[in-house]
Amino acid sequence: MTHPQLTTPELAEIQVHGFTRSSFILRGALAAGTVYGMSAVSPFVGHALAQGGGGDVDILNFALTLEYLEATFYKEAVDKVSGLDGDTLKLTKQLRDDEVAHVDALTATIKKLGGEPVPAPKVDFGKAFASKAAYLKTANVFEDTGVSAYNGAAPMIENKDVLSAAGTIVQIEARHAALIRLARGKEPAPIAFDKTSTMDEVLTAVKPFIKS
Amino acid sequence: MAPEPTNELSMKTSALGTLRDDPTSRKRFLRMMGGGGAAGLALLLAACGDDDEDTAATTSTADTASTPSTSTAEPSGGGVDLEIVNYALTLEYLEADFYKKVIESGMVKDPKIGALAMSILKNEEEHVDALKATAEMLGGPAAEKPETNFEEVIAGGPKMILATAAVVENLGAAAYLGQAARIQSKDVLAAALSIHTVEARHAAALNKIAGNGFKGDEPLTGTIPDGPFAKPMSMEEVLEQVKPFLA
Repeated sequence: MTHPQLTTPELAEIQVHGFTRSSFILRGALAAGTVYGMSAVSPFVGHALAQGGGGDVDILNFALTLEYLEATFYKEAVDKVSGLDGDTLKLTKQLRDDEVAHVDALTATIKKLGGEPVPAPKVDFGKAFASKAAYLKTANVFEDTGVSAYNGAAPMIENKDVLSAAGTIVQIEARHAALIRLARGKEPAPIAFDKTSTMDEVLTAVKPFIKS
Repeated sequence: MAPEPTNELSMKTSALGTLRDDPTSRKRFLRMMGGGGAAGLALLLAACGDDDEDTAATTSTADTASTPSTSTAEPSGGGVDLEIVNYALTLEYLEADFYKKVIESGMVKDPKIGALAMSILKNEEEHVDALKATAEMLGGPAAEKPETNFEEVIAGGPKMILATAAVVENLGAAAYLGQAARIQSKDVLAAALSIHTVEARHAAALNKIAGNGFKGDEPLTGTIPDGPFAKPMSMEEVLEQVKPFLA
């Protein structure tokens, strides 16, 4: 069957593009229809999918790639962003620790399911650490994208334990997103229903930071 | 690739197929949706076509039981989802009423906090509308709006209001998380998840503004109260916590 073509949002749209009640019941269906119908698969996700031992492992490896990206991002931010004051530095370290814990948990879960965890992607965050504002803006993209990625993939998860585990992580991503948005002086929850993203939408958002 | 996605799609398609073939449920669904949504639905129905009729026969009972035209006495997948949706609806009613009363009381003088309260109220009202519509789609009836009691909290002043708001949101997030794995319909699950993370955003923001640290002092306070992994709460645990606010 064919699927309605979803537009691929630009990076900036990830933050602002909202969903209203009118579309919210449809989103699950749209996500389900498009996640596995990816038109453009980048090498790193192709790698992740190729290693999969089934649907859940594929989804977890996709999540693992995102968590690696986030963990590395905050690790580097602690060292590279100048002018991180007490509050923002504390937040950055907290986010780093949380993302590292997510990487560990996802790695363990994938192994438990008999799958092979993907290696950490090689990253380049470009000018994201040039200033505190640039750093927070990119962090905002990562966290909002993380939320939409988990929310988009979760209905596809078959194992209920894996679904619950993903839920415990996505709630933390949402909390991170709210805290980063507050630090930027932005509304913490700008829309009533968090967006869901398909894998290729997420990819478009994070592609600028992936080297391999 | 795993073969499972095919199953996902057939479930989805058959649910939509029912909608497509049943003029009453379709009409109600379309009325509920805005213009863009209706167009999107039409597109989706067209895209799903007729090539899935064979899979419709193997539709899970969850999907058939959830159509308004079929009423069964036995609890089914639709029954579980309706129970969960009504539980969420009750919590959202409670939250929306809280912010409404707080704003009406004029107790919150800080314009920034006032703006946040307004923004959260708007979100909660949208959650109420959506859950109400979903409960009806599942065959209803939707839960009634509960009588609430926030007088004491509001009389306690801005600090108590903020602290209570944070607790209520943390409860909301924990409540959604506690039900996620029980939800039968993928559509209801997707909807619940998209609300779950908004409740979490509210909770983190309110805790931050209330001056709570990452962990806070009590289980339901703190911007990230449970550490890297959020803790779910059962219906019983949540209802125990919200009891003081129900009149």
